[in-house]
Amino acid sequence: MWNYEKRLQHPVKITQVNPQIAQIIITQFGGPDGELAASMRYLSQRYSMPYKEVTGILTDIGTEELAHMEMICAIVHQLTRDLTPEQLAESGFDKYYVDHTLALWPQAASGAPFTATYFQSKGDPITDIHEDMAADGTIL
Amino acid sequence: MTENKPDRSELLEWINVVSFAVDDVKLFLDTHPCDQDALEYFEEFKKQRVQALKEYARHFGPLTLDTACTPADYWCWINEPWPWQEGGC
Repeated sequence: MWNYEKRLQHPVKITQVNPQIAQIIITQFGGPDGELAASMRYLSQRYSMPYKEVTGILTDIGTEELAHMEMICAIVHQLTRDLTPEQLAESGFDKYYVDHTLALWPQAASGAPFTATYFQSKGDPITDIHEDMAADGTIL
Repeated sequence: MTENKPDRSELLEWINVVSFAVDDVKLFLDTHPCDQDALEYFEEFKKQRVQALKEYARHFGPLTLDTACTPADYWCWINEPWPWQEGGC
């Protein structure tokens, strides 16, 4: 089970809205190498991991990725707060807005919805860890 | 017992610092469970974190369920802003 802690891992205090940048950053929420995929990857792989050290780290990193996801969502939320109809039209954020308004929905920058096909979980330690390195390496 | 009210943002920053230390050394310990230096480091910052979270809850409302106030007639967990909101942590 999990418990919630009512703070961000690192504070997010954005003073100016910027819907253009929000459309790029949202990919780190629901895109192919985003935090949601990272978290689900580790938390799914841990059940078949035969080494307690690795099971532990998959659990703890999978948990930490949820905290990263919360920071990304806070960034997108604050970048799109109280947008005017003019800002929506000028920025191109209107295409997202028509389906989701200013709510957070996991998608890639291209608009492709989040999907479990972004990650693998194969039950073989070397295969899974190799996939983890490839996935996390893409954002380093 | 008298206690001066701490500065909210300074205390929150301290909680973020000690929590990051605990998070980071926890990951190291997962794969280095016998490292005595890391174990000591964990113990020290865990203690500081628990203390700071209790102090924060006493003055500014709870950040964790374990430090949520119970005697009040109001459920304080929902009272303070959420982390992504104005004034949140």
